[in-house]
Amino acid sequence: MSRPEHLAPPEIFYNDDEARKYTQNSRIIDIQVKMSERAVELLLLPDDTPCYLLDIGCGSGLSGSVLEDQGHYWVGMDISSAMLDVAVEREIEGDLALTDMGQGVPFRAGSFDGAVSISALQWLCNADKTSHKPVQRMYKFFSSLYACLSRSARAVFQFYPENSEQMELVTAQAMKAGFYGGVVVDYPNSAKAKKFFLVLMTGGSMPLPQALGTDQDSRGVSYAARKEQARKNKGKPLKHSREWILMKKARMRRQEKETRADSKYTGRKRSGRF
Amino acid sequence: MRLGLTPAFLVKIVSSVVLIPARSVHKSELVKMKLLTHNMLTSKSMKGVTVGYPLGINVVDIKVTEVDFNPEFISRIIPKLDWSVLWKAADTIGQLDDLPKELSQEYENDNDFLKKVHHVLLEVDIVNGELVCPETGRKFPINNGIPNMLLNEDEV
Repeated sequence: MSRPEHLAPPEIFYNDDEARKYTQNSRIIDIQVKMSERAVELLLLPDDTPCYLLDIGCGSGLSGSVLEDQGHYWVGMDISSAMLDVAVEREIEGDLALTDMGQGVPFRAGSFDGAVSISALQWLCNADKTSHKPVQRMYKFFSSLYACLSRSARAVFQFYPENSEQMELVTAQAMKAGFYGGVVVDYPNSAKAKKFFLVLMTGGSMPLPQALGTDQDSRGVSYAARKEQARKNKGKPLKHSREWILMKKARMRRQEKETRADSKYTGRKRSGRF
Repeated sequence: MRLGLTPAFLVKIVSSVVLIPARSVHKSELVKMKLLTHNMLTSKSMKGVTVGYPLGINVVDIKVTEVDFNPEFISRIIPKLDWSVLWKAADTIGQLDDLPKELSQEYENDNDFLKKVHHVLLEVDIVNGELVCPETGRKFPINNGIPNMLLNEDEV
């Protein structure tokens, strides 16, 4: 799979042509909407209460539309003006700001009830200019985000980590900024549907939400247990077991052959002393 | 690797230049920056700025649009606002509409008051203008309702 963040910085990669895909390509739109819905679910917002949310890397406002549909008010920030122009055309409700997430989140302390971000965080791991230091930019981003969230608010980031080191780097910087939380992996066994959500919490440590597609059945039953089960189903006891010996002896008796009586010692192993 | 890619960039940029006239025809609907957003925005990401709040407003043009009134959201957002900043901002752009300077205690049940706040917060939009950092005087332009908060490398 090609990674757009290897090709060019976001403000150049998301030019007019690329931005147009986000209004015309129904597959892209469908995936984005689904991921946004899941991200909002992971935010655990109070029911039926209109909240004030931040959308980081809002792009053309597809995720913002999901927030609107659920009755929330939002502000979006993105670095690509071409994408924001598309958002303008789509006549979204939320306000937009042209900002670079690595330069910090430019909002007042305690402004938002939550933050979502769809497919944006991986861009922060790159150094697109000589002055960029990813670790510093990440720390600046997370610490300023922490400040502008209200207490007990959550931030959910859907992102595409390149490798486990990158995932570790991102989580480490978020924890350093004061967040609690971790990564929830939906459908970990599927190459296509597998999605990473970094769930960050501000008000103390809480158990992470359950990932989708990870229940016991889909993980598979252990092989040994299955073998045992198959034997039992066939109706024959395991060879050399007590049941097997008793079965053999019963058969001998039916054939009227000389057979020793059954006792508690039948089928027992000799102790080493003999 | 970066060098190898540069020609491709140039092609992309050139093609977008060609596209511009077609797009500006498209863009009939103007977007906006609400005063609610202004009430939350700061310039504290800048180097040497400690508070960066409130940002000054220089308005070129504003627009009033109708937005659905949601009293629950308004009463929820009021405690988060800096009331004096909102009052001043509404005053500068001439949309005060006898909004009280002091926030009354019992605003939650005062529907008329909530409607006024709703109007100022969500219905008045700044289309073009600029935001000014109170400490450094750095100007952030607002074009087509989108404030450009990008900083230069030496300002980070």
